[in-house]
This record gives sequence, C-alpha cells and structure tokens, in this order.
Amino acid sequence: MNDRSIAQILVGIDSNTVLSGARQIKTKLITELSRQGLSEEVKVIETGSIGPTNQGVVLGVFPGGELYANITEDEVEEFIQERFVKGRTYKKRLLAETLPEELRLQEYDSRKTQYYGRIVLDNCGRINPEDITEYIGVGGYEALGYVLKEKSPQEIISIVQDSGLRGRGGAGFPTGLKWSFTFREKRYPKYVICNADEGEPGTFKDRLIMEGDPHKIIEAMAIAGYAVEAETGYIYIRGEYKLSLERLQKAIAQAKEMGFLGNNIFGSDFNFDLQLKIGAGSYVCGEETALLSSLEGYRGEPRLKPPYPAQYGLKQQPTLINNVETLANIPAIILNGSQWFRHFGTENMPGTKVYTVLGHINRPGLIEVPIGITLREIIYDYAGGISSGKFKMAQIGGTAGDILPEQLLDVPLECQSLQELGHNLGSGALLIMNGTVSVADFLRSCMKFFVHESCGKCSVCRIGTSYLYEACDRLNRKEGYVDELKNMKDIATTLKLTAFCPLGQSVAQPVLSALKYFEEELKEGSNPNKKGKLPTREKSEGVFYYS
Amino acid sequence: MATNIQETELTQEEKFQQLMKFIESNREKKGFLIPALHKAQEIFGYLPAEVREFVAEQMNIPVSTVMGVVTFYSFFRMNPVGKHNITVCMGTACYVRGAKKIVEAVENTLGIKPGETTEDRMFSLSIQRCLGACGLAPAIMIDHEVHGRMTPQKLEQVLELYK
Repeated sequence: MNDRSIAQILVGIDSNTVLSGARQIKTKLITELSRQGLSEEVKVIETGSIGPTNQGVVLGVFPGGELYANITEDEVEEFIQERFVKGRTYKKRLLAETLPEELRLQEYDSRKTQYYGRIVLDNCGRINPEDITEYIGVGGYEALGYVLKEKSPQEIISIVQDSGLRGRGGAGFPTGLKWSFTFREKRYPKYVICNADEGEPGTFKDRLIMEGDPHKIIEAMAIAGYAVEAETGYIYIRGEYKLSLERLQKAIAQAKEMGFLGNNIFGSDFNFDLQLKIGAGSYVCGEETALLSSLEGYRGEPRLKPPYPAQYGLKQQPTLINNVETLANIPAIILNGSQWFRHFGTENMPGTKVYTVLGHINRPGLIEVPIGITLREIIYDYAGGISSGKFKMAQIGGTAGDILPEQLLDVPLECQSLQELGHNLGSGALLIMNGTVSVADFLRSCMKFFVHESCGKCSVCRIGTSYLYEACDRLNRKEGYVDELKNMKDIATTLKLTAFCPLGQSVAQPVLSALKYFEEELKEGSNPNKKGKLPTREKSEGVFYYS
Repeated sequence: MATNIQETELTQEEKFQQLMKFIESNREKKGFLIPALHKAQEIFGYLPAEVREFVAEQMNIPVSTVMGVVTFYSFFRMNPVGKHNITVCMGTACYVRGAKKIVEAVENTLGIKPGETTEDRMFSLSIQRCLGACGLAPAIMIDHEVHGRMTPQKLEQVLELYK
C-alpha cells in the first residue's frame, strides 16, 4: 500500500458515538480534506472506542496525540484549517493535549493512564476493526502462529497458569486451571465458548472490546481451542449488540479468507471453526450453565454444578467457557510471556481490568487500569471527580454487586482485599452516586430487575426476589414493617446460601451491603407502629383455612 | 426506521411459506428453536398463537415448550406492537440518571403506559433491562435505534422524527 500520509485522524466509531453522528463526521472529514487538497497527507481512519462516552464524537490526531471531543459537522472545515493547514491545535474542542506529566508513568509502574499501557484495549481506538490487515499490522495472529508452530497444548496451558490470569466476567476463577480441566477430559468433540452475553446492567466493556478489536477475540478463541483440543467455537452474544455482531461477522469472514480459521491453520494439523450465536434477551443466560441451555434451544435455566461444563457442557461434551475480556488478554500473554503479565496488578490477581465508570461523574466511560487501584483514584484521577454534590455510595460489579460507602474509597480493587471485607469485584461496572440517590429507592430498582430476570426454577430465588422487591418498595414509601430490615437480612442470607445458581446468590450482595453500611437510612423507611400480621388458622368441616 | 416494510407486502400465506422454508433448510441442526422464533418474529412482527403453533408443528415439539421459551426471553412478543416500539431502559445507570422522568414524559405525551399501544397503533411503550448504552444514560430505544442522553424536552423532538 502506497501510503504517504504524514498525519492520521482517528475517528472513534462505536455504539455510543454513532448516535452522536460519528459516521457523518467521518464522511465530512474525508470530503473536506479532499476539497482542501490534503487527502494524500492526512488519512482518516475509523476505529473502535477511544474512551470517553459522553463527549460526543471523539477524534484522535497523530502524530501529536491530541484528543478532540464534541466536534460538530459545521466545525470540521475550521478544524482542518487550524490543525493541518496552520499547524495549530484546535483549542475550541481540545480535550487532552498530551497527558499531564504526573499521569505519564514508567513502564512497570503500578499505575497506567488511559492511553498507555493497555493490554485488552491496546487496539481499541487505534486501528480499524473492520480491516484485518491493520490487526495483522500491529502484531495480530502472531500469537496464534507461534502457538501452532512451536508449542504444545500443555505448554500453552502452563503459560496461562503461570500468568495468574483470572476470569474477568465476575467470578475471578483462575483461567489456566479452567483450561487444564477441559484439556484433561478425553471425550471428543470438545467446544470453546465465548460468553459475550454481558447482561449485567452498567457493564458494556465487552461490547466495546468486540466493537473495537474483534480479531483479538477470534485469535484468542483459536488459541484456546488449540490448548484444550477443541475444533469448534461459539460466541454467544447478546441480541441487542448489533454493531458488535456486524463487526464480528465481518472479522470472521476476513479471518476465514486469510486462513486463520478453517482447516490446517498455518499449515498445521489444527482445524478451528467459529460461529456466532445470538441471545434473545435474558440476563440469566450470562451464567454459564444457563448459557448452555440457551445454546441448546431451551429456556435459559441453570443446571446443577458439579458436573462442570469442563466435563459435561454443550451437548454433554467437555466445554470451555470464558468471558470476552478474559480471552482478550490471551494473545498478549502468549507473545510477552507470563512474567511480563505479572508486572501489572497484584500478586494474587495480576493484569489489568477494564472498568465502565458511570453515574454522577464528569467523565463517564471506559478505562483499563491495573488491578489494585483504589476507587478514590478512579473517581478523582480518571473520571474527573463527582459531577454534582458529594460522593455517597458506589455499586461495584453491576446490579448484582456490593454497595460501598465512603469509608471504603481507599480499598484496593482486587479480589483478595475485597473478599476479606466480604465483597466481590464483579464484572467491572462502577456506578458512582451522589446524595440525590436514596438507598431504598435504588435498592428497589435493583430488586425489580431481579424479579424480572429470575428464571423461576428454584423457589428461593423466585419468591425471595419478589419479597425483597416488595420490602424495598415499602421502605421507599416509608411504610416498612417494624422488623422489615431483619427479615430482609434473613431472606438475603438464605438466598446467598441456598439459591440454585449464582444469580440467586448474588441478589443478596446489594441487599446485605446496603444493610451493613446504610442501616440508619434504611431504618427511616420503617414505621415503628406497623407490625406484621401472624397467619391464623381455622378448622372448618375437616379443612384447615389459613389467612 | 423502515424495518418492517416487508410486513405489508407479503400475504399471510406467503409469510408462512417463508417461515417454513427457513425451518426446512435448518432442520438438521439441533437446538434450533430460538433462531427459528427470531426469524418468525422478523417476518410477522410478533408471535401470535397461530405462528407459535405453526413453529411447534413444523419442528415437531410441543406447543408448551415453545411457550416456555417465548415467555422466558424478553425479546419475543406475543402481542402486536405499534408501528414504532419505544423502549425505555431502566437499568441502574439510567435509573440513577432519571429514566423514570422519561417514562412519565412518554406517558404524558402519548397517553400510554408501559405495555400499551396508542389508539392509532403508531407507538407502543415498553420498559426494558439494561441496553448496554450506559455511557449515554438515560437511553431509550425506538425500533432498533438507540437514542441517548434523553431529556423530556428532547423526547418530543425525537418522537416527531417517527411520526
């Protein structure tokens, strides 16, 4: 390709910016550059998400590295004049000139900025996701080639185990261990499934990873297939994720064409076929056994574990199921080695985590930071601080996550430190709330979600979620029973200990943490004079009547 | 916006034909119920009793199993919806950013509550779980397009586009 361009404009096109007119801006940029005779020198490239999600259309300009936001179509002409003809930064829409000194750190420092040191999101916002040659250009499919030519499945599994990578879907199970379980089973065919259901409200990291870098997922799944001896892979993706679906479809077609999928990949004996499966609107299908039920065409009801999918999964065959973000770490770990990976994050949980930071903050969006960073650092350094009022509480891990108060702002976000306090890191959604949100009202909306999404298979969850919703509703209207809080705690604990699947168990998280940290506020919702009625029993003509 | 123009052009007869062809061509595949229902909803707009029974018969599975799947997944609709379906996201991120006010605004402007359709069958309103557009909270979806950073004022303008 004869590319004589000296500058590039990256237009971040993802599901958020498309709505703000990103495609029109891209077209306008191209026509305007052509009109001003700059098409040779300045290239316009479409990429995935660049980061900020509430700043309209975001552009990155290289080689300077500046970011511009909220550009409108009318401003394009002026922008090109200023930036490329006169050579000055377009101050009107400048978002970040270069990163401030204190945020630019050394290679292995414990903190990384949004735009340096990304592992999972390294290509998002930098390459065109719809062009496989760009992915190859930044080293794509190299890991797959290396693996097929020089490593055996056991060696790959050791690398992943040594790296200490843990699942990024919310459970945090050691990935290498999971791979070894599926490898051990010697019944064929085996399957690899990518869980791209992402139903947790507040989480959309997987969507942006798939939109920004679909080839990385494809490569990772092929590597996983080789490691566990599977020849078929499925990506189970939410029906609502239209753009991800389109980009993945294009990417799979391109990969097939180039021989990265199909038979005898890289001239080896390894064959791998990848298909997309679409979900139909159900939160519980993000749970791995419910996902399997859904793939087989049934109601997404979870199954008993053990046996685990590694032994009896899809169609009762050994199956490996991993989250999108977990898989996105694999190519980098293979190419750079497990010791490199361990430089990031903490001893117990190495690597980085992609967070979607939302709520009452100035810069909502997607960030990738090393594990171990605290909530305070995320809110005040990365997210630009609270947008109005004061910080009151944060819910980490989506609707099924714990609610953390101000006292816990300095706890490192990492599974061990949180587990010691009885909390869980979760999928990576951070919802920051100020004083305008009442705890009872918020809990009520969380419970409403679970009432709808409970599959109904086990009574504890089916009835428990309904009760918790009604209780929160009563507290919100200040009509709670005098022992409402005690009952809520009992039911939530019962759910945690006896629910059939992780959905039921995690319903307890927001309730128990709210009761732990915000008891005073919740108590205001109960009416001290309202006592529950005890059921009565009457016998009439040999029949007992209860009321 | 123009996603369902097909509906008015095919007769009922032809629609069933199309659906049958789709099921026939995929008969070998196991676990094909959900994609078949997706296709049926695409052709008919929703899944009335006769379509559900048709699918059950063609795929040789009990109607009760089809019902079980249709009622489980929120995508599938058993009642006809208006020409334009407005979905307001009530996920936690949108809720915290005022999604309730948007629902009230729709109720006031169009006079329908969640689950209802307007008299002239132009609009219907439903509440949905998280759409994954949390960066643009509060978000609504009209047909297949997501509209973010919604306010009651903006809502009026957006609705005009669909009239």
